[in-house]
Amino acid sequence: MPAEIVSVENLSFGYDSSLSLDKVSFKVNVGDFLGIVGPNGAGKTTLFRCILRVLGGYKGTIRLFGQDIKSNKDYLKRVGYIPQKRSIEQEFPVTVQEVVSFGLIGLRDSANSILSAITDVGLAEYKNKRIGDLSGGQLQRVLIAKSLVSNPDLLILDEPTTAIDTESEKKFYSILSELNEKRKKTIILSSHDLDAIKQLANKVACVNKRLFFHGDVHEFFDNEKLMMSAYLESSMQAHMHSHFDADDNSDKKVDTNGV
Amino acid sequence: MIIVTKKSIPMAFEILTFGFMQRALISGIVIAIICSIIGLFLVLKRHSLFGDAMSHVAFGGIAIGLYTNVYPLWTAFIVSVLAALGMTKLREVTKIPADSAVAVLLSSGLAIGIVLISLSGGFTLDLFSFLFGSILLVSVQDLSMILIVSGSVLVTMSLIYKKLTYVTFDEEQAAVGGLSVRNINYLFIVIASITVIASIRLVGVLLISSLIVLPNITAIAMGKGFKKTAFISCCISVSSVIVGIIVSYIVNIAPSGAVVLTETLILLVILSGRYIIKKTRQSELEIGSRTESRK
Repeated sequence: MPAEIVSVENLSFGYDSSLSLDKVSFKVNVGDFLGIVGPNGAGKTTLFRCILRVLGGYKGTIRLFGQDIKSNKDYLKRVGYIPQKRSIEQEFPVTVQEVVSFGLIGLRDSANSILSAITDVGLAEYKNKRIGDLSGGQLQRVLIAKSLVSNPDLLILDEPTTAIDTESEKKFYSILSELNEKRKKTIILSSHDLDAIKQLANKVACVNKRLFFHGDVHEFFDNEKLMMSAYLESSMQAHMHSHFDADDNSDKKVDTNGV
Repeated sequence: MIIVTKKSIPMAFEILTFGFMQRALISGIVIAIICSIIGLFLVLKRHSLFGDAMSHVAFGGIAIGLYTNVYPLWTAFIVSVLAALGMTKLREVTKIPADSAVAVLLSSGLAIGIVLISLSGGFTLDLFSFLFGSILLVSVQDLSMILIVSGSVLVTMSLIYKKLTYVTFDEEQAAVGGLSVRNINYLFIVIASITVIASIRLVGVLLISSLIVLPNITAIAMGKGFKKTAFISCCISVSSVIVGIIVSYIVNIAPSGAVVLTETLILLVILSGRYIIKKTRQSELEIGSRTESRK
């Protein structure tokens, strides 16, 4: 496997006349946990949808596992994806086992691997439950199990903890941490939860249509000016203030004058 | 007044020896199975009225067949499949909502039919049988057509069943999983239109969507997984067809109406049963919590 799992070079994409992504470039190496941060409407979901070939018509080059995604579709089988918006109908008549088995379509179906993926996310006792009977957090864990069942090399998660309770969120993050540290899965997670990104990720990319920062997680969070320049004039300022308020280091002040 | 006597039960067995009744039951059972399978996906895709739209387009196709002296179900097939593909393309290009696309198709299909019927001198007995169904008049030719079409539908569905379930569950995730969502959707639309046309003989243009929707709403309400829901839907549909056809013969009423009313009755019984169970559990819980608080 190449050291670079994802390589995005000068990626630009626009809906109608406005640009959603403007010359974004970054790389993700094997075993990385990349946190993608940025305000609402910054183009994070668009970035994922380009990488996953849901959206075409972009400018620039995207390589996955060393291959240009325009020339090869097979790489998708090595990627697990959890989308931002849970468009899943709660009344959809499908059990946990059936949802997880979707992850094996086109591959060799195995009851053991399905059960093992369900057990990994702590839902073994719910395997025959209909998804409508689960909580939001449990449903997200089902989607993780579905993504993991094919043993992908890369997991992409787009704001996966939206609308789930704090307890489920903790459980969810501990599963991600274990996947990255023990099972060496490469993970890309977009989130507004800066504390979670700080704890889980080793790299950060800050996107607001263009890339403001890409590098080490500590470098990003230790440099307030850098953070502010990335987030200035964005709706995420509220999230940042709450992040600083929660920080024990209360003598630090956010100085936007020099930005 | 309808009177069901003790003679009715042996009579029900006796009528099974009649050729027309055997053809009616065989074609009815086969249609019930394909309608409930296709209907489950249509209901879950929020396309419950697709059957109505297709059957009204088929009415236009039948009118073309009667006008040009071609076997009407063949013309209905061609017109409906083309219209279904056209509707899907129209939605893709113009992004008009699904219910609006159905309304366009439904009214224009019916309009074509009415114009052609008025040109050919008005409604005929044949046309009435397509409108209201005529399962007891199914000919050997009709039965052969129904069996061939149903067999093809079942084989195709068994091949794409899992992929189609995933696409119906979440199109974006299915696309990311490497499935050709667009091709699967187009194929399904063609299969669904074919199923609707093959089913017109059973309940007619006007009641076809009930055959697609009712057993599936009932089955979904029972709260099981996908495979069990599909199985329950098939059982409800098949038993409704058998009961409906036999009862209609015994008490001399229209079979299409009897089939649909049986399905409606099962739906009402299941929904009422679930409501009663839910209320009983709630009151048991309330009594339990009151007893606890007194202690």
